[in-house]
Amino acid sequence: MSETTAAPDKPITVEEQEVAPGFIGVNVPRKEDRRLVQGEGVFVDDVKRHGMAYVHFVRSPYAHAAITRIDVSRALELDGVYGTLIGEEVAAETDPFFQIAPPPGGDLKDYALAVGRVRHVGEPVVAVAAATRELARDAADLVEVDYEPLETVLDPEKAADPGTALLHDEVPRNTIWHGNFDYGDYDAALAEADKVVRIKRLHFHRFSSTPLETSGAVVEYNRGTGQWTIHSNNQFPGFAIIMMGPALKVGMDKLRFVSQDIGGGFGNKICTHVQLVAMCLLARKLNRAVNWTEWRTDQHTANSHGNERVFLDVEVPVKADGTLLGFKTRMIDDCGAYTRYEPLGCIIWAQVTPGCYRWRHVRVDFTQVCTNKSPCGPNRGYSRMQHLWFTERIIDIVARELELDPVEIRKRNYIRADEMPYETPNGCVYDSGDYARCLDEALKLVGYESIEEKRRDAESRGKLLGFGIGSTLDSGTNNFGQSTLVNPELQFSGNNEVATVKLDIFGEIVVTLGTTPQGQSHETTAAQVVADILHVSPGDVTVRAGHDSYWNSHAGFSGTYASQFAVTGLGAVKGATDKLAGEIKQIGAAVLGADSTDEVELEGGFVRRKDNPEAALPFMACGAIVNANNAVLPLELREITLNCRYVYVPPHQLPDKERKYGNLTLTYANQIHACVVEVDPETGVYEIVDYGAVDDCGTRINPQIVEGQVQGAAAQSIGAATHETFLYDEDGNLLTPNFYDYHVPHALDMPPLRTASIESPSPFTPLGAKGMGEGGGAGLSAVASALQDALRGSGKPIVSDSSNPYHRVWELLRNPEQSRELVEVENR
Amino acid sequence: MEPVAGQRISVEVNGERQERDVEVRRLLVHFLRDDLDLTGTHVGCDTGNCGACTVIVDGMAVKSCMMLAVQADGSSVQTIEGLAPDDELHALQQAFSSFHALQCGYCTPGMLMSAKHLLDHNPEPTEGEIRRAIQGNICRCTGYVNIVEAISAAAKGEVK
Repeated sequence: MSETTAAPDKPITVEEQEVAPGFIGVNVPRKEDRRLVQGEGVFVDDVKRHGMAYVHFVRSPYAHAAITRIDVSRALELDGVYGTLIGEEVAAETDPFFQIAPPPGGDLKDYALAVGRVRHVGEPVVAVAAATRELARDAADLVEVDYEPLETVLDPEKAADPGTALLHDEVPRNTIWHGNFDYGDYDAALAEADKVVRIKRLHFHRFSSTPLETSGAVVEYNRGTGQWTIHSNNQFPGFAIIMMGPALKVGMDKLRFVSQDIGGGFGNKICTHVQLVAMCLLARKLNRAVNWTEWRTDQHTANSHGNERVFLDVEVPVKADGTLLGFKTRMIDDCGAYTRYEPLGCIIWAQVTPGCYRWRHVRVDFTQVCTNKSPCGPNRGYSRMQHLWFTERIIDIVARELELDPVEIRKRNYIRADEMPYETPNGCVYDSGDYARCLDEALKLVGYESIEEKRRDAESRGKLLGFGIGSTLDSGTNNFGQSTLVNPELQFSGNNEVATVKLDIFGEIVVTLGTTPQGQSHETTAAQVVADILHVSPGDVTVRAGHDSYWNSHAGFSGTYASQFAVTGLGAVKGATDKLAGEIKQIGAAVLGADSTDEVELEGGFVRRKDNPEAALPFMACGAIVNANNAVLPLELREITLNCRYVYVPPHQLPDKERKYGNLTLTYANQIHACVVEVDPETGVYEIVDYGAVDDCGTRINPQIVEGQVQGAAAQSIGAATHETFLYDEDGNLLTPNFYDYHVPHALDMPPLRTASIESPSPFTPLGAKGMGEGGGAGLSAVASALQDALRGSGKPIVSDSSNPYHRVWELLRNPEQSRELVEVENR
Repeated sequence: MEPVAGQRISVEVNGERQERDVEVRRLLVHFLRDDLDLTGTHVGCDTGNCGACTVIVDGMAVKSCMMLAVQADGSSVQTIEGLAPDDELHALQQAFSSFHALQCGYCTPGMLMSAKHLLDHNPEPTEGEIRRAIQGNICRCTGYVNIVEAISAAAKGEVK
């Protein structure tokens, strides 16, 4: 070390190296893989602490009931039971969670455990902590809870009716939020239309991405400092801290969030702050570490479902040439029993108000109601997925009724590449894209040119062939200012993410991220960006696994959610690395006797003089000088730390609250999926025989990783379209509480899946990249579209539901007239 | 119900003999994860559907949440930690990485053990046979496309 650090007048010589290849756009092998294929990842339930207690929740068997008595004494008598926590204690020790909704919807009281009343089956009522998982379960069985059942509210379309029972006494008509959205001039569009298509009702069903690792936490409390360390798989610690700090009446420094590997998230792990508060209270009460690992049944019954939504009285003004002018509808969104991230979904759909289309006139009456079902929360494609499915259904139903070609009607109405950046009727700015070209690519993937031939072939085998398209957007890098459009009093706007990059004493380049990846390969793609800027290889870059809010790489919105890492996370990485590169050059210029940093460059782990590449200083020497030999530096360079922190803040502006107008996200990745199905007309059983997914997320940092996200998102939306559904009986019992009844795609269920991509770089982001993980739910649209096409010769039924298991197809085949009653065409 | 008294079991795990007193109701997966600290075997459901806990018991792929630890008494168990010696990677592990057959990595250990069991019994599987072999393993991230390719490539020795 002394040789390299103490010899500024004798620069190290190196051989001339080839220019480092760029790593952005290259399929660099994943840094995460080795530990994960060896079973050496650290997921939350892998964390163990001395004397740790295991927690089991006693949960409500009723959808709606008053709690009249709780007796934990028999549980406490059991050897090995450490203690319990009940709602009364929670109410005494915490404040109810902060509510995003304005009054009266925001007046509801939500605590970590049920207080006085339960509002959905599976709601946690008592927490029991014991020496083993088994014992905690035994003890939970000994807890006695008496209930007085109350009238249940399950139908979102009736929840707001006068006289319906109330879930929350503070919330009249079970209405969490209501608002009107009026963009363009809908009345003029209606007057201008040659035809008006009316659809009485469309329904988007309730499901969830059901990550394979359930939610969980290991929570420790330090009595000396009053600080909790929360090892968890929460995927949005920034949000959890904002929710938990006020509830527990502590500042954020008392809530240390730590995670390493997370077994899938998909948004479903955002709202675990509720259970985490219970864990914090137990850890403090028992003075021991507590483990909560959610059972699969509990995740299905009482975690975070995707929102159910109905679209009523849809009206679509259309010109004779097939140009759609816009739409009008009344939407009712069902958020379940409590509002944990809601009612943000009431505005998030508006990120993609016209979908992929040039619709200028939109009128929406939006109501969100609560019902006695599991609370909803973000789920891959959150709130936009429901809306985009709706726009695609409009297109296919209009095409069917007006006998227009589904490809042509899309191309006629898609926003065009030469119109980008395109301002939508509500002020969102679609940054780039070429939807028609993506559609052409998707058509190629499924062999559309020979579709009629395939149709005949299927018919010869007694099958009905259908072809369908799903066109979606994955809007990313939220402007949290959109929250003020649901509650003008809120003080949230913009977005941020942090990274630090340092060059340390032995020359190691170490990156910390504020994100909580759940499979999105952040370690790999961050290393690619750093390697390109510092002219080293990704293998030279250490990206710390996971997240720790104590790393100084945590900002208010830190986490991994809402399709944004390629913009916010990598924007932060780029910013920090640019700073570090500048500092390395400052050190290099000083040591190598250059007059300015313009005279030096970075190459192959060295900073060297441009005019004499042999005059070079290795990074190791820079790190050692600054950290351990800094007396050699001129005084003016001693502020250099080689430890650079950067907060990426996107160029968002406050939206207009009155008009509900403004750009709600920074990027708009595009997905066009094409699907070919074959339906058995006797049974309704169908098979997806071809499937193509085309994605345009701008510049791809690592194409293989992007493709993996595309495949996964396609699989999830195909699963949701065909089988996955959270069904409730008339008493509010979930009928699909595990992987037996809730059928997710297995290897044999998946159709042949082909992918392609185009790249329309975003003009608004640091790397031209767009967030892209959510995939927009295009498969839900493509399957519905293909089924409607397949059944066109069987009475032309209308597919009006996003959930299309075989029995629903059979019903459409048996009774097409019933679905046709949903649609009317007015010719002007 | 009072907990039942334990039983002493002797199990060979990844080539090492392990003797422990366990509650008779203890699941094999919790024996592996909590008693032996072999946390590479994961739990993804409580109904035997997901396959994240798949291990190999006496040559058979077994969902270790569907077997009691006492039932493994006298058996030989291989977990993900024993798939390759020392820090080496088994061809399947390398293939999973090369073909991007994992994202979050939670299903991966169970998936690899099912694939290992397949290749042990059928060194040249067709795509259909591969899909059938991992039918009991749920992956929520990948859509299985790259997993099937990775297993196929490992079988053919086409892994870099």
